[in-house]
Amino acid sequence: MSGRLELWLFAAQRLSAMILAPLVLLHLGVMIYAVQGGLSASEILGRTQGSIFWGGIYGLFILAAAVHGAIGLRVVIKEMTAWRGIVPNAVAALFCLAVLVLGVRAVGAIT
Amino acid sequence: MTETQTGKSLRVDIWRGGEDGWLDSFNVPRQPSQTILDVVTYVQRKLDASLSYRFSCRVGMCGSCAMTVNGKPRWTCRTHVDAVEEDGKIEIRPLRNFPLIKDLAVDMAVFFDKWRDAGARFMPRDGASLKFAEVDPQSPARKEATAAIECIGCGVCYSACDVVAWKPDYLGPAALNRVWTLVNDERDADPEAHLAPVAGDAGCHACHSQQGCSTHCPKSLSPTAAIAGLKRRTLAALLKGRL
Repeated sequence: MSGRLELWLFAAQRLSAMILAPLVLLHLGVMIYAVQGGLSASEILGRTQGSIFWGGIYGLFILAAAVHGAIGLRVVIKEMTAWRGIVPNAVAALFCLAVLVLGVRAVGAIT
Repeated sequence: MTETQTGKSLRVDIWRGGEDGWLDSFNVPRQPSQTILDVVTYVQRKLDASLSYRFSCRVGMCGSCAMTVNGKPRWTCRTHVDAVEEDGKIEIRPLRNFPLIKDLAVDMAVFFDKWRDAGARFMPRDGASLKFAEVDPQSPARKEATAAIECIGCGVCYSACDVVAWKPDYLGPAALNRVWTLVNDERDADPEAHLAPVAGDAGCHACHSQQGCSTHCPKSLSPTAAIAGLKRRTLAALLKGRL
């Protein structure tokens, strides 16, 4: 089972990376583009609120970031600390949950 | 034997004692085409007979004499002093990531235990010895095996690997590289059975692809590529429900 868990996490890590790579570029690109013309916060919110597209994009972004970051954090804990057993898994799960909760709140606020 | 003296000498700092040991300095006369193993042997035979180190073939076949030379893991028998000396100085330490026995001699047991734990052993089919195996050297599987097969188990890659340093139970590049040759060996009784032992927490997915192993391998093998192959094959086996 341990072997399977590691493999599934490996697969989730790579899949989330494939999702994150274009989304990070899109996120940075849109930010740079949006501020060029001096758009105000309310003008940006006017474009994002009620948008299924932006809600979907950033929802996916949050999901991928939560999964990717948590699995990476688990590896870092296992390699860089003496923590073993349930601790790395628990810390990673809590991190994933925290990113999801904060992220969903943020996405909810702009859409 | 007549030794050709160059008139120059080399300052050599050599690790002595156990894990909490120290560096001893020696002056060794320079000679043409002198190797690091020549230097260590000179120290042991002429300057300090208590120096412990390990070697056998002296020609890059046995994989016994690897040490850390000026910070890098190397075969000492195939490393010329000219190639690595810095301002007439050489520092020689035991291989990293191995338990130290004394001076430059490390305990290789844990390294080979991991080959066993990784299942890095050829398992023939019943009756396979009764007929000649015809393996197409151009088949994709055989090409993968050929690229990885020349490992002589010197431990240089294991010493170079940061993941081994961080995660002591990691199977390491040499054992995983060997498993990759078996996964691609059509003579093996069940090549896919070699995947499960390397799919766990200490297995191929712990590799960060930093390529320290491939950089330092004296045989110019790429354990990183072999491990990447294992990652792909284990994932494919998982998705097919075979793991």
